[in-house]
Amino acid sequence: MRVLAAMSGGVDSAVAAARAVEAGHDVTGVHLALARNPQTYRTGARGCCTLEDSRDARRAADVLGIPFYVWDMADRFHDDVVDDFVAEYAAGRTPNPCLRCNEKIKFAAVLDRAVALGFDAVVTGHHARLGADGLLRRSVDAAKDQSYVLAVLTRAQLDRSIFPLGDSTKAEVRAEAARRGLAVADKPDSHDICFIADGDTRGFLAERLGEAPGQVVDALTGAVVGSHSGAYQYTVGQRRGLHLDRPAPDGRPRYVLSITPITNTVTVGPAEALEVSDVRATRPVWTGGPRPAGPVECGVQLRAHGDVVPAAVEVDADGLRASLRRPVRGVAAGQAIVAYRPDPAGDVVLGSATITG
Amino acid sequence: MAYLDHAATTPMLDEALEAYVAVAREVGNASSLHAAGRRARRRVEESRERVAAALGARPSEVIFTGGGTESDNLAVKGVFWARRAARADRVRVVSSAVEHHAVLDAVDWLVEHEGAQAGWLPVDATGRLDPERLRAELTEHGAHVAVVTAMWANNEVGTVQPVTELATVAAEHGVPFHTDAIQAVGQVPVDFAASGVSALTVTGHKLGGPAGVGALLLGRDVAATPLLHGGGQERDVRSGTLDTAGIVAFAVAVESAVKGQQEYAARIAALRDELVERVRQAVPEVIFNGDPADRLPGNAHFSFPGCEGDALLLLLDAQGIACSTGSACSAGVAQPSHVLLAMGADDDRARSSLRFTLGHTSTGADVDALIAALPAAVERARRAAALRTPR
Repeated sequence: MRVLAAMSGGVDSAVAAARAVEAGHDVTGVHLALARNPQTYRTGARGCCTLEDSRDARRAADVLGIPFYVWDMADRFHDDVVDDFVAEYAAGRTPNPCLRCNEKIKFAAVLDRAVALGFDAVVTGHHARLGADGLLRRSVDAAKDQSYVLAVLTRAQLDRSIFPLGDSTKAEVRAEAARRGLAVADKPDSHDICFIADGDTRGFLAERLGEAPGQVVDALTGAVVGSHSGAYQYTVGQRRGLHLDRPAPDGRPRYVLSITPITNTVTVGPAEALEVSDVRATRPVWTGGPRPAGPVECGVQLRAHGDVVPAAVEVDADGLRASLRRPVRGVAAGQAIVAYRPDPAGDVVLGSATITG
Repeated sequence: MAYLDHAATTPMLDEALEAYVAVAREVGNASSLHAAGRRARRRVEESRERVAAALGARPSEVIFTGGGTESDNLAVKGVFWARRAARADRVRVVSSAVEHHAVLDAVDWLVEHEGAQAGWLPVDATGRLDPERLRAELTEHGAHVAVVTAMWANNEVGTVQPVTELATVAAEHGVPFHTDAIQAVGQVPVDFAASGVSALTVTGHKLGGPAGVGALLLGRDVAATPLLHGGGQERDVRSGTLDTAGIVAFAVAVESAVKGQQEYAARIAALRDELVERVRQAVPEVIFNGDPADRLPGNAHFSFPGCEGDALLLLLDAQGIACSTGSACSAGVAQPSHVLLAMGADDDRARSSLRFTLGHTSTGADVDALIAALPAAVERARRAAALRTPR
């Protein structure tokens, strides 16, 4: 196959490309330039969008002996990921930008362009399994598994995707990179949000959304217990940094229960008020088989690196509803709910949707 | 492989490579006083004379440098600094909108860090400068102009500038005139003295010499403040141990390129014309950019409406055809060509451009290979571009 390897400059995508070459594919490496000004994104060790990362990706392509290009996806990334991230917070939700980037950039804008240019598939260094059966499964490395941020992909997107790393642990990938002479073998993992240079998400949002002072209200008493400078600064389930003026009448800690953008109100309450047993979600994708006619017993994951909770999931064209078998605290709108079917060959992603409440 | 990117760099001439290898085996620093040093010095000075003779300059006017970018920077910044040191109100740098980044960015740097003012001369739709615009600029600002710099021939679209006329206008106003002749030497006749320019940039790897060595021809009466401080090896204007082997090979290449220029230009222009004609037949809606007649013999530059140049480049590269989208890159990301934009092209047309440049090793087989691969590449690039959301 003629495949396009997305190369971030990190160790995973370099080894993924190497394995694609070894598998006999005709591989072309592409680094996605996502920053309008590369200097403003995270440097070297922590990100995926800097000049240093671009050079690392180029060097890895050199070592593999494959053509390499940089594709300018900065405008698309800014519109579809960064602006979306800000708008989601402004709407009182908690977005996952990595998931959005996969959905809109890597497996959409990049994949579509690749297909138009005559490529058959896109290869990435995500830690997830995608085998001949077309099912997306968790990586063998549970700690590095990225199936959650890939679960948003449709059947058509998965059919043109190759994830060569799913059967390897991160340690194995690093060892292989070293063995192959890839200089990125010991490059630290990227984490946090690549487009927030200093890791200060609140500051990043404040810069873009401005100050919007409002009230913090106790859910039990309805009393105003504090003030805030922008409801977007809060996430459901958050306990720290509430700066309440007075302690709750029951003397117990308060958590953010909900954010209401229309009234610019942050509602807080006791921990048990965070508990949710019924989750509704929109824009469902179902890739683990035909869309089920009735409820499906499965496990659901409600945030990146979150626990899996047994649930009965019902899905239709408009949405998805999950009845959790045990209540969960801190379910934030905007995050994805991903349904998994336990499987000895790796838990299978059945489908996903965006949590609305 | 069909190598159609000779304007980026061209293979070394056999005679230059042989000269390089022979001299690189010898020891000797041209600044040393012993026999080995004297031998190196002799090679450097012979080379200086050869370069001077080939380009119509005096040997003392040849300053060897580390290549075109250094020569351009030395000319623009060095002459600016020297002229402003002589008179503090000479703060203006006049240049054209289509210069190479080695000049553009040097001018921008002076504006940002040295309080310089820039006067940018426009070009017409073929990329050509109008000497009357320079006259108007100098009539208005002449007393404050430190230096004028305009390229001999454009590296992207190949348009040859009216350098002699421009230099005459500058001379009338007593302002030093620098020209970046990197793309011109060996392609069109270049004579330093006859052109009337005060400074001229030439580099090795565009004419069959090695990369990393070039020269600034600098008139004896033109002062320039050094960029690099140290041993003052080159007329106290440029420091750094001389690259004897590189300089020898550079001089051999300059001499060969200039000696063979007429014959080369006739052969390559005919091949280029064939390429242009066949590209037009293969892709009828193509736009041929630059001056149709007064252009570098090896340059063919097109816009492919509805395509992105970088997609075309990828597709042609996969078919073994090497070409270029232009000269500018920012973090590896293709920017719309400032040259095309200055010629009045819109962003889409600028981004849809590809440059094919022929050189001394080019043959009809290179053109055949391009024509064989081009229609399918254009078709695919169009499909890819159609996906793009409007900016």
